[in-house]
Amino acid sequence: MPELLWLIPGLPMTGFALLALWGSRLPRVAVSLVGVGSVALSAALSVAVAVSFLASPPADHAYSLTLWQWLGIGGLQADIAFRVDPLALLMMLVITIVGALIHLYSTEYMARDEDYSRFFAYMNLFVGAMLTLVMADNLLLLYLGWEGVGLCSYLLIGFWYRDPANGKAAMKAFIVTRVGDAALAVGLFVLYTQLGTLNLEELAARAPAAWPVGSALAVLTAALLLGGAVGKSAQLPLQTWLPDAMAGPTPVSALIHAATMVTAGVYLIARTHAIFALAPTVLLVVAVVGVVTLFLAAVSALAQWDLKRVLAYSTISQIGYMFLALGVGAWSAAMFHFMTHAFFKALLFLAAGAIIMAMHEDHSIFRMGGLRHRMPLVFWTFLAGACSLSALPLVTAGFYSKDEILAAVWAADGGQWLWVMGLVGAFLTAVYSFRVVYLVFFGEAQKEPAHQPGWRMAVPLAVLAVLALVGGALNLPRSLGNLLLLDHFLEPVFAGLAQHRELTVAQEIHLQLIADVAALGGILVAWLLYRRYRADLAAVADLAVVRNLRTYWLNGWGFDWLYDRLVVRPYESLARLNRADAVDYLVHALARFVAETHRILSRTQTGEVRWYVAVLTCGVVILVAIMVLR
Amino acid sequence: MASFPFSHGMVLAAALFAIGLAGVMARRNLIFVLMSIEIMLNAAGLAFIVAASRWQQPDGQVMFLFILAVAAAEVAVGLALALRIYQSLRTLDLDAINTMRG
Repeated sequence: MPELLWLIPGLPMTGFALLALWGSRLPRVAVSLVGVGSVALSAALSVAVAVSFLASPPADHAYSLTLWQWLGIGGLQADIAFRVDPLALLMMLVITIVGALIHLYSTEYMARDEDYSRFFAYMNLFVGAMLTLVMADNLLLLYLGWEGVGLCSYLLIGFWYRDPANGKAAMKAFIVTRVGDAALAVGLFVLYTQLGTLNLEELAARAPAAWPVGSALAVLTAALLLGGAVGKSAQLPLQTWLPDAMAGPTPVSALIHAATMVTAGVYLIARTHAIFALAPTVLLVVAVVGVVTLFLAAVSALAQWDLKRVLAYSTISQIGYMFLALGVGAWSAAMFHFMTHAFFKALLFLAAGAIIMAMHEDHSIFRMGGLRHRMPLVFWTFLAGACSLSALPLVTAGFYSKDEILAAVWAADGGQWLWVMGLVGAFLTAVYSFRVVYLVFFGEAQKEPAHQPGWRMAVPLAVLAVLALVGGALNLPRSLGNLLLLDHFLEPVFAGLAQHRELTVAQEIHLQLIADVAALGGILVAWLLYRRYRADLAAVADLAVVRNLRTYWLNGWGFDWLYDRLVVRPYESLARLNRADAVDYLVHALARFVAETHRILSRTQTGEVRWYVAVLTCGVVILVAIMVLR
Repeated sequence: MASFPFSHGMVLAAALFAIGLAGVMARRNLIFVLMSIEIMLNAAGLAFIVAASRWQQPDGQVMFLFILAVAAAEVAVGLALALRIYQSLRTLDLDAINTMRG
């Protein structure tokens, strides 16, 4: 089986090459076949690898495959090599399966787009790069995939490039994540100079030997890696790019900005957990960043009117939960939540795409309404996603993953405050999820849907809805069946780490009940505010203070404003000041010097042959005189 | 063969060279300048001959034969150029022929 591993990222890459070279000349059917087929095949292969992995686990719980040596300079050696352990396998399964479903959905969603083949070329490149990222056995190859997905994110956010606003959103996403990527690159330099390798296995072995817990270098490296993770995963303080990234087509938001790429930061921290374990301070920072982000983003999601931006803030908030879990050392809980989040958030985005398509690209939830009977399939699937996002008890996947995180946070030293914040976040999550459900699907109908999803949109919706409901069965807590399949599956990866303290079953049940109350209470509040008493509360919503607060949250707590003042404007005024570039003076001076010398020298070329002879003679006389008289 | 002092021969060669050089610098007619160049070449050839007889080496005479051949070729090219210049510019005045000014 391991010898076929290269096909998994190789197939989407081949799809990209085919579509990039001949896509514009292929008929649409062929483009769909290549675009969807390549990802679907790699999904099938991933499943096959997973089956063989489970049937007969390899010796050190990982398949390895070295294709060829990529770089070999001095002591630095980087191979194009894959290492698939349970963590990578989980990521691969989610990326390829959810990716294949979204590709299938896109064939209908993008059917009328003139750049059909370009879209699938980018999407295939993204899947290939993301698989490279998660399968890489060294950090350099991981970084290649990391930049690859960043590039695809940029290309796809600005996919409809004719609108300059989309181009700006794409650049913002690229530049803001670049801040984090620069930190990650410096982190790689530090790791290489200090430990002499970038191979992930060797790093995990050498780091604890070289650095004591809490040493300055370990903290520095972990902080730099965290910088990269924060940028890619849109966490505080680099979260501002994700809401604007919604300018891209909706399947892009589902695949890149919800299910896979934005969780690359979570994967990075989980992958380099050996280094983070040496820096408890940074781990605490991870948890705090996660909890603050999840709270701020959840509040912002409450104030959005754009359907996709609600989901974008919700994504930021949910990734905050994953960071929180990583921060308290609940590694497998974070990966569990990554998986369930990929299911329900991709589902929500795809359902939102179907609604937006039916509403003629109108994103405002206040101009939707009453779609429950008009688009029943979309309603039921969206409801499944919203329930899972709100962690509706027992019947949804989101409940099990969020519950595992909250239990782990409670068990961590001094985690009670974090737990309270997480609980408030869970309450807000339920409020904003069901605010959307009530505004979009209930109430007065405002517009007639123009398009009902066909089978290519319906199948992904249905499959993801089922996954979003039953996906939690992979990891049932001890109080509810004690079937920790995923935890056991991931155990070899996180072996040897200090696990979080175990709770008693009674404690677990208590925590679950409180979380249930928060989720159900959130749904109830949403029902009261946006359904039952919506008309009565219009006056309250119109108060100046409420309006100001709403605008403030709508703009994401003013981070854009702050960065505009702190970074963008000073930079722009600096650029204006230096419009006649100071460096240019130097270059121009050189050019002027050469031109002037040329002018002077060319004056000696008079064309007067007799003068030439005279000067020549003088020169010879002088030379002879020097030689004789010396 | 009547012998003569080495220095006399060299002085004669130097004088001839100086005359030729003065002609190149002073004359304005292209034909005269070419003739002056011939004088300078022959002065150099004379210097070789005198040196050859001084040190009793045949190399100097061999070198003079080369100079003769080069001078003949040079005159052929030079006269052809002079003809072309006269045909296109209708003058052989060197001061007027300064179209190569930089």
